[in-house]
Amino acid sequence: MSEELGSTAQGSMTASVATRVLGVVAAAAAALMLVLGLVVSPADVVQGEAVRLLYVHVPAIWVAYGSFGLTSLASALLLWRGRRRSDGGRHYDRLAGSAAECGVVFTAITLVSGSLWGKITWGTYWQWDARLTTTVLLFITYVGYLALRNLPAEPTVRARRAAVMALVSFVNVPIVHFSVDWWRTLHQPASLRIGRRPEITGEMYWTLLYSTLAVSVVAAWLMIHRYRVIRLEELRDEAGLAVALEQRRGEVVG
Amino acid sequence: MAAGSWGTVVWRDALLVAGKDLRIELRARVTITQVAPLGVLILVVFAFAFNANAVLLAQGAAGLYWVAVMFGAVLVIQRAFDVESDDGNQDALRLSGFHPGSIFLGKAMALAVQLLVLQTVLWVGLVVFFDVGVADWPLLGCAGLAGTSTIAVCGTLYGALAAGVSVRDTLLPLLLLPVLAPALLAGTRAFEAATGVTTDAGWNWTGLLFVMTAVYTVAGLAAFGPLVEDG
Repeated sequence: MSEELGSTAQGSMTASVATRVLGVVAAAAAALMLVLGLVVSPADVVQGEAVRLLYVHVPAIWVAYGSFGLTSLASALLLWRGRRRSDGGRHYDRLAGSAAECGVVFTAITLVSGSLWGKITWGTYWQWDARLTTTVLLFITYVGYLALRNLPAEPTVRARRAAVMALVSFVNVPIVHFSVDWWRTLHQPASLRIGRRPEITGEMYWTLLYSTLAVSVVAAWLMIHRYRVIRLEELRDEAGLAVALEQRRGEVVG
Repeated sequence: MAAGSWGTVVWRDALLVAGKDLRIELRARVTITQVAPLGVLILVVFAFAFNANAVLLAQGAAGLYWVAVMFGAVLVIQRAFDVESDDGNQDALRLSGFHPGSIFLGKAMALAVQLLVLQTVLWVGLVVFFDVGVADWPLLGCAGLAGTSTIAVCGTLYGALAAGVSVRDTLLPLLLLPVLAPALLAGTRAFEAATGVTTDAGWNWTGLLFVMTAVYTVAGLAAFGPLVEDG
């Protein structure tokens, strides 16, 4: 998997034939999602046209949860097996970083689309509701994680610290969720739940399911490219160091 | 390492680390001369912000108290790890042979003691400035202890994460405060019940604080090894 993800990283581009195909599929899937969400799917009897925002809002948060889950898994693997790998676990670190970046972007999309939906439906951009509060705390937590990842420090040390933080943040998610849930909730129940009859049916149901698939493909494409960009950044830093050392040696000899 | 069960050794070493941190604090007196006055200042500034509305301040007193505790805690935590960064103390601690779990527990205990001092001063401020009374002393005491222990263990873990980096002063609050948000909620609700502002289930919120302490103690014991090794 690491070889496949980083296969083009030795060059100067982040694309390969596989990711170009994936990119075309993602673009087509997103275009079809727009048609289904804006044209084919009917307006809701209660929410009206605002329901169309849910075709972005719900898939975005699912993808964000999946991304944060992947960040935690990669972080656990880094701490557990990183030292046994020839790259010192850098592959897991890149995977965790790219997934977290995707998660933060899709959480931001969730918050913005949710605020717009809230303005139309509740009459306000923000309510101190349990789900909203949890999501914004999740967002800030992972922004902090990305800040930790971008610190000027020795890469291995930084990777291990980031991995610890990712795991601790993941442990914190249910605590935050339940605490704000007990505090107050206003948010409607989840539209789709495994093992339960869905709250929506017909074109809306299928559009929502399709949108989740389409957004997941887009997220996968973004994540692979971010992984490769991180790898290229590492190569640039290593090459920069080598050049600087060479120049210094040249100065001493000269 | 002296003979004794693993647990005994860990606790003995933890007490040594806590004693060292508290001795440093006792000599510098930063908590009592700088952090505690700052906490009281936060209470006063909030009173200005709310136009000294006595009713509003009494209702929000519990929340203001925990906000002041958390901002004070950030400063205390930063200092607890700054003293390790100076003169290679981090390396000395690593070479001391202490189990990483001992260092974690010791630093958390020292932080807890300092936070209790801070909270005592803030409580006096709350009584004097906001005229807060007590309806349930046992709940108040337990919630205060539970909140202190939660902030101490979380703070130790995140303090170690941010330690030794150039931007730690700004990074630590960004990492720590979202994590402490449930503790702020729980502490506020429990204190509101203890001071008779609400009839909320204060003991349930106190229970949540103890659960958080347990979860972060386990996480800290597991994670402190890699953090201390990397320094």
